[in-house]
Amino acid sequence: MTATLERLPLLVRDWITGFFPEPVRWLVSGLLAIVAILAVFGLYFAYLTLAERKFLGRFQNRPGPNRTGPFGLLQPFADAVKALTKEDIVPQAADKLLHFLAPCLVVAFGLISFAVIPFGRYLIPVDLDAAVLYFFAAGVSSELALFMAGWASHNKYSMISAMRALAQLISYELPLLLAVVPVIMLSGTLSTSKIVVAQGGWTFGIIPHWNVLTPWGFAGFFIFMIAAVAETNRSPFDLPEAESELIAGHLTEYSGFKYALFFMAEYFGMSALCGLGVTLFLGGWQAPIDILQVVPSYVWFMVKLSCVIFCLMWVRATLLRLRIDQLTRLAWKFLVPLGLINLGNAAFWHLSADWSGPLQIVRWAISAAVIVIPFVLIGRTLSSGLAPRTYRYAT
Amino acid sequence: MSNSLFYFFAALTLLSAGAVVFLRNAVAAALSFFVSLCCTGVLFVMLDAYLLAFMLILVYAGAVVALFLFIIMLLDMQGGTRKPFTKASMVASAIAGALLLVGVGVFAKHSEFAATAATLPADSSFSTDLKVYGASLFTTYLLPVQVIGFLLLIAMLGVIVLSKRFDGAEDIQ
Repeated sequence: MTATLERLPLLVRDWITGFFPEPVRWLVSGLLAIVAILAVFGLYFAYLTLAERKFLGRFQNRPGPNRTGPFGLLQPFADAVKALTKEDIVPQAADKLLHFLAPCLVVAFGLISFAVIPFGRYLIPVDLDAAVLYFFAAGVSSELALFMAGWASHNKYSMISAMRALAQLISYELPLLLAVVPVIMLSGTLSTSKIVVAQGGWTFGIIPHWNVLTPWGFAGFFIFMIAAVAETNRSPFDLPEAESELIAGHLTEYSGFKYALFFMAEYFGMSALCGLGVTLFLGGWQAPIDILQVVPSYVWFMVKLSCVIFCLMWVRATLLRLRIDQLTRLAWKFLVPLGLINLGNAAFWHLSADWSGPLQIVRWAISAAVIVIPFVLIGRTLSSGLAPRTYRYAT
Repeated sequence: MSNSLFYFFAALTLLSAGAVVFLRNAVAAALSFFVSLCCTGVLFVMLDAYLLAFMLILVYAGAVVALFLFIIMLLDMQGGTRKPFTKASMVASAIAGALLLVGVGVFAKHSEFAATAATLPADSSFSTDLKVYGASLFTTYLLPVQVIGFLLLIAMLGVIVLSKRFDGAEDIQ
């Protein structure tokens, strides 16, 4: 039963490809993977927007969308119809070609990163050996698409936003990669499916061997998530959009469906990056407890993904937007040094792999100290002279 | 199929590389540089050198092109009326181009381009195994990598020294 459920998507795929003649079957099965990703994550995107609006509503003590369908469940479709029927305006001075290309490219680059994420034990669209590198290559291409949008609009707000987007994305690319490197170091492979397999197994059947449950993995996960929020341009790092100062930045000159495409790309990017975070640190499709393995692996992946994304929504509802100098300072003075220290920490963890007995406790203590002490020290130095903030007109 | 794909992407690489040189708009030139890089990446993929392809796009698209664009925006270079080529630069670039052509020609003549898939070593360093790359990087190619790193450091110092000249000036232009 469990095995059948586990293989269910593959069985469906084989059943459908069975209708086609032998020579085109490889093509059909490839197309099916693409269609499945589009359908699942398209729907996931639709309901993420609804969930985000609902959650934000609850965080801000209001009901959120509740008029369209039962509990507002049809809101995403109403939004889609609205976006499709709106007039598509292209500014006269805009670079027509790039203005058109930018939303398409943003979505395309967002989607191609899904290709290397293992959604389940047998569910990985393309099992590449250099999957992690592929993911980041796709990710950096999307920042150029964002720049294109800002530049092609020929609008000073969009232009400033494009510059901010580039500065922010370049800055946070570094901590993001530095947080990923320890995982690659310890599992000795760039393939996402092998990284997940390396996190398999449980101690006493209840404590999973996920990377996040080690000192270096914990630090790496936090650096990764902070950088991921910045990479996806979400609050508190949504400086390129910054409604209050830049109207909506690179989105200013986009209307109707093109605007919806940017929105879609943001959620695709967020899902993909969080999916990579789940894969690298939270054990991917592995079940948290041994006996819970009866639940199919792809369900676990989606549950973990949804939890991580919920945390991002929570962060968005809680924190205020940063200033651009605070943003770059956080990246270069705090996250990058911590990431580098964490790299050394992971190396220590690798070299002390055969310590056992009481030495194991020493190993944990050293590893935790190596990351906690710099965290406190760098944090203190950076915030010295800044706090406490004084307000002239308010108490 | 793979032959025609190669010709298509090779032509696209050359076309966009030409566009980098000939387009007057700096941003368009930088973006066509990106297209050229992506096509080169595809050519690498067709050689099964996945790691190389992704590294190329990661490093060049992620860092170099983004930095180019950033600087173009920062300095607001929009072509302008200044002639792009002076006589001296034309002569210099003609000589450099000729030298490059001779170099490539000599290389093509003396290296064994006739090698086919059968004569290539089986454990070619194009394989995606990162360990192979790392091993050759830290043994065979250690000196070249260090030398190039040092050169880049000196170039960076040079840029800092040159740009410091403007310090204190009211108007950078």
